[in-house]
Amino acid sequence: MCGIVGLLVKKPNLREHLGAWMVPMLIGMTERGPDSAGLAVFTDLLPDCLRKISLYSGSTPDGADFNWAGLTHGIREHLGIEATLEARNNHAVITVAGPPEPVKHWLKERHPKLHILSTGRSIDLYKDVGTPAEVAEHYHFGNLKGSHLVGHTRMATESAVTPDRAHPFTAGEDFCLVHNGSLSNPYGIRRMLEPHGIHFETDNDTEAACRFLEWRLREGDSLEMALQKSFEELDGFFTFLIGTANQLALIRDPFACKPAIVAETDDYVAIASEFRSLAHLPDIQHARIFEPVPEEMYVWNA
Amino acid sequence: MECLNFDLATTSLTEVNTFLHQKSASKGVRKVTISNPNGAHNIAVGLNLPVEVEIAGHAGYYAAGMNQLASVTIMGSVGTGVAENMMSGRVHVQGFASNGAGASAHGGLLVIDGDAGLRCGISLKGGDIVVGGSVGSFSAFMAQAGRMVICGDAGDALGDSLYEAVIYVKGRIKSLGADAREEAMTDTDLAAIGELLVQGGPTFSIHKPEEFKRIASARALYHWNVDADQEY
Repeated sequence: MCGIVGLLVKKPNLREHLGAWMVPMLIGMTERGPDSAGLAVFTDLLPDCLRKISLYSGSTPDGADFNWAGLTHGIREHLGIEATLEARNNHAVITVAGPPEPVKHWLKERHPKLHILSTGRSIDLYKDVGTPAEVAEHYHFGNLKGSHLVGHTRMATESAVTPDRAHPFTAGEDFCLVHNGSLSNPYGIRRMLEPHGIHFETDNDTEAACRFLEWRLREGDSLEMALQKSFEELDGFFTFLIGTANQLALIRDPFACKPAIVAETDDYVAIASEFRSLAHLPDIQHARIFEPVPEEMYVWNA
Repeated sequence: MECLNFDLATTSLTEVNTFLHQKSASKGVRKVTISNPNGAHNIAVGLNLPVEVEIAGHAGYYAAGMNQLASVTIMGSVGTGVAENMMSGRVHVQGFASNGAGASAHGGLLVIDGDAGLRCGISLKGGDIVVGGSVGSFSAFMAQAGRMVICGDAGDALGDSLYEAVIYVKGRIKSLGADAREEAMTDTDLAAIGELLVQGGPTFSIHKPEEFKRIASARALYHWNVDADQEY
């Protein structure tokens, strides 16, 4: 079991409420996923010459005392790349000029235990072990601002309870996926993707789905085309919620083994595994509420 | 004290269900309303007395599960397994229902004004289900006894491996399951649909019994066929 939540606000002036509206949604899914939680939030796009990288230091020897200032200094010194950083405890978002690959390569070499959570012009990502309420408080989810987000509460079934196996999973840039369910052919997917040079970081089944979809998008598929191919290639139970810089998408497996419910108003689209996560949203009593049907694509534009 | 209200925003569900199970009869309560259900699971499960329960909002999983004698109305949608294993009484969902609505119900009537998800009436054992909207795939799978009236469409594999339950469908059937077939309507069928539509309530009066198709078991799976080679 796991819980998923997604929220997209339709008006720019509501972006400041995104995090505050989402926290009760995430906490509402605690019974479905008490062991880890995480979310990806999509903010205003950075200029094309900049990239931001979300980092997690919880697995390094220094943990929350990680020397973030030293990190930016190192990037400037060794790579000659301008970097700015916003850090809080074991989490930081570092913004770098130019292509992110040299920085990521340097990070992996110099700080192999530092976990790169996400890369892009819009995405910030947070995930950790703990109850949804603990993770939300630790990372100040209530203060997050942006156009849309996807979140997840985890009850692990397919791999260990560790921060890097929590959701969302990311691949490439400005792309993430959360999953309720379990895939039965993740190793087949991995064997198909690895000859294309696609590298996996965990043994988690969701990572296979995430990298498959991102690979299709990179090969030129539209999100809809990639989702269609996932129906053909991925076997198992899934409700997926997918975030890109400008879209939020939802699909369910043909047997609809895992739940989902959607509430839509003029102000927002909210998605959750169950209604109890939507019950406290503003004006919910007037929302259009429906259950997404299996093997159908639901895509909302931010 | 004939009527009582519980607010789930301030009262625990255990307290509400315990009252319904153990105290409502002795206190002479005939009607209980439950406000702010907010998608909670297991509301009004396991009732075994002729009480009227009104849930003012959306309910979560297993609402009114295992119901006996009680009449439960949900003024909103329900999650998985509404009225599952109902024995008698009536459960009325005024919104839509998720998967497994009325699963293995032995008796009683489940009315869903909106759509029902997948596996509606799976393993039905004698209950009746009336759906105003459409039902999802694998509905009435292995249904043994009872009746289903579907005023909208049905998804894939309707009535797969059906036993003696009978399904009436007004709309389009995406596909029939193994051993399910359309049969000619009889006067008994027309009377049964008419009766169930009346029991469904006034909103069902727009449907006419003669607009429905009868789906029942061809009974070919009742006996092992060694030549079938898993093809039915």
